[in-house]
Amino acid sequence: MAQIFHRSTNTVARVSIYGSLFVLLVLSFALYGLSGSPYYTDVNQPKDQPVPFSHRHHAGELGIDCRYCHTSVEDSSFAGVPPTMTCMTCHSQIWTNSSMLEPVRLSYATGKSLQWVRVNALPDFVYFNHSIHIHKGVGCTTCHGPIGEMPLTWKANTLQMSWCLECHRNPEKFVRPRELVFQPLYTPPSESHPLQVGRKTYTDQIALGTDLVREYKIPQAERGNHTLTNCTTCHR
Amino acid sequence: MSAEHSAPLIEPGHSFATVTDRISAIVLTQKTPRGWWFGFLISFALLMLFNLAVTWLFALGVGIWGINVPVGWGFAIINFVWWVGIGHAGTLISAILLLLRQKWRTSINRFAEAMTIFAVACAGTFPLLHMGRPWLAYWLTPYPNTMWTWPQFRSPLVWDVFAVSTYATVSALFWFVGMVPDLATLRDRARHRIGQVVYGILAMGWRGSAVHWHRYETASLLLAGLATPLVLSVHTVVSFDFAIGIIPGWHTTIFPPYFVAGAIYSGFAMVMSLSIPLRKYYRLEDFITKRHLDNMAKVMLATGLIVAYGYMMETFSAFYSGDVYEKFMVLNRWTGPYWPFYWSLIACNIVIPQVLWSRKARANVALLFVISIVVNTGMWLERFIIVVTSLHRDFLPSSWGMYWPTRWDIYTYVGTLGLFFTLFFLFIRYLPVIAISEMRGLVTPEGHGKK
Repeated sequence: MAQIFHRSTNTVARVSIYGSLFVLLVLSFALYGLSGSPYYTDVNQPKDQPVPFSHRHHAGELGIDCRYCHTSVEDSSFAGVPPTMTCMTCHSQIWTNSSMLEPVRLSYATGKSLQWVRVNALPDFVYFNHSIHIHKGVGCTTCHGPIGEMPLTWKANTLQMSWCLECHRNPEKFVRPRELVFQPLYTPPSESHPLQVGRKTYTDQIALGTDLVREYKIPQAERGNHTLTNCTTCHR
Repeated sequence: MSAEHSAPLIEPGHSFATVTDRISAIVLTQKTPRGWWFGFLISFALLMLFNLAVTWLFALGVGIWGINVPVGWGFAIINFVWWVGIGHAGTLISAILLLLRQKWRTSINRFAEAMTIFAVACAGTFPLLHMGRPWLAYWLTPYPNTMWTWPQFRSPLVWDVFAVSTYATVSALFWFVGMVPDLATLRDRARHRIGQVVYGILAMGWRGSAVHWHRYETASLLLAGLATPLVLSVHTVVSFDFAIGIIPGWHTTIFPPYFVAGAIYSGFAMVMSLSIPLRKYYRLEDFITKRHLDNMAKVMLATGLIVAYGYMMETFSAFYSGDVYEKFMVLNRWTGPYWPFYWSLIACNIVIPQVLWSRKARANVALLFVISIVVNTGMWLERFIIVVTSLHRDFLPSSWGMYWPTRWDIYTYVGTLGLFFTLFFLFIRYLPVIAISEMRGLVTPEGHGKK
């Protein structure tokens, strides 16, 4: 009887068994890598806007307070996107002929809002409230990155759940004194940058954070309060 | 020893060659019977109905089903448990009976294992469809993810994922490994190039050497050892889906053994329902003898009695506990809105199968076929009663309600029957329905079948 298969089939069979395992492994690593890559998450990708608004200029260099534009950040879930009127408080006086600001003036004249491109968006199944974070010492830049250095705004963090939990499981690694929440360029305390809070000087974030967590009554898992990691805290 | 016990496992007059010829002919030489086409086309049409029902489900969501508060489980879970239960006989026959050296398993194990795999495939679709967003089904498996969470390991629904997927994997392996020598036989006998190549690839280079046989035996035993605990564990875990919940009618410790017995009961009923037409239309009466049917009927009788004991204990403990909700649950099953289902279940699962005590009944093939269908119906009704009557009357009368399936529920259920039988018809046509190599072991040199 003639042979059905060539001798090489033995090798092919062995290679295909180990090969398919290898391919599966590589594929899962690749998918995992992709899920955290800027290609998928949009992190560090500046977005084009109808007017090239620069946070670096306004918040960083001029030092305009975040709340001047994002007015509801302290009392509401949504920080608020300013109306054209807010831009015109200054720009009716300065740079009035700038062509860059033409869309702003047009919006003001017609009453039609500027259509900003959303940079940070959470899915609808997540309940998120800005005000509670602000009041518990989570700074703007903790989540939004070095906003005072962004010419065009980009997303600084993935907003994936793992990223939320990083802080919700260990808030002491991130919280800062309430009075520094709105600093557009904040660096956590270190040996070279000590931070004076009240009568105490801190040289590391954990020491500062641990004190603040206690002071601001942030729920502590190690004390049996799991509010921060309860599913229904964010998925209501 | 009674008369049946001396009945042969294989009719006399067979040699190695006739066994091989007869079984491989179904696949290789015999003209595909008209009955096969008829059955296959009906099954395939039902499978298309399943596709339609599932497509519509994905488009509109689970709202097209009859489920709602308070009965959120409905047909999907009833059918899941029913199909998983049916799957149990295959593993019992192939693993436990192999370890116990029960020779009579030889001629039925192959298609019982096939039945297991196809039934588990049907079962697996239901929880996925019931999730509403089946494309996120991979969330059920633990893997490093961007949510930094694991599945809820305290939930029996997660245990289910592991139990059923392990079961499907081991059953498929068992089935395939057992088939390798037969696939080699088909490869050697195939006349067409395509057949030679396909069966050749599947036979994985089997040459029938002593080393091959040695490894084959070892692998079979190891897999049997792995599969044996699964027979008990899988339906135990399925029963935990209910027993861990605090709903009256679910929250009982008797559930695991009673579910396992019920699973084997329905599984054997299904093997019977499949083997009786199979042996008739393919003239396999020499291989699947009345001795086999008799043995299967006895297993059904025994497991059916365990199930009956389960029902009795459920009722007893409801009244013995004095718990008002438990008592109400039992009375509601007896006299509540679903009473016809409950009493049909008792008739199908307990009363009618008592006929099997009679030796004459066990020798009556047509009657056995009818009883096997009755038992399958009864076991489906049992799952209906467990899922629906427990949920539709819970602790708060304000949240009471009724459950009726919609036509999409029914299409999906009938559709999985189509999936099951489509796969089964393809199996009959393209793979050896009886283990040829093991059947050869039953042949004695004198041409008398082994006792």
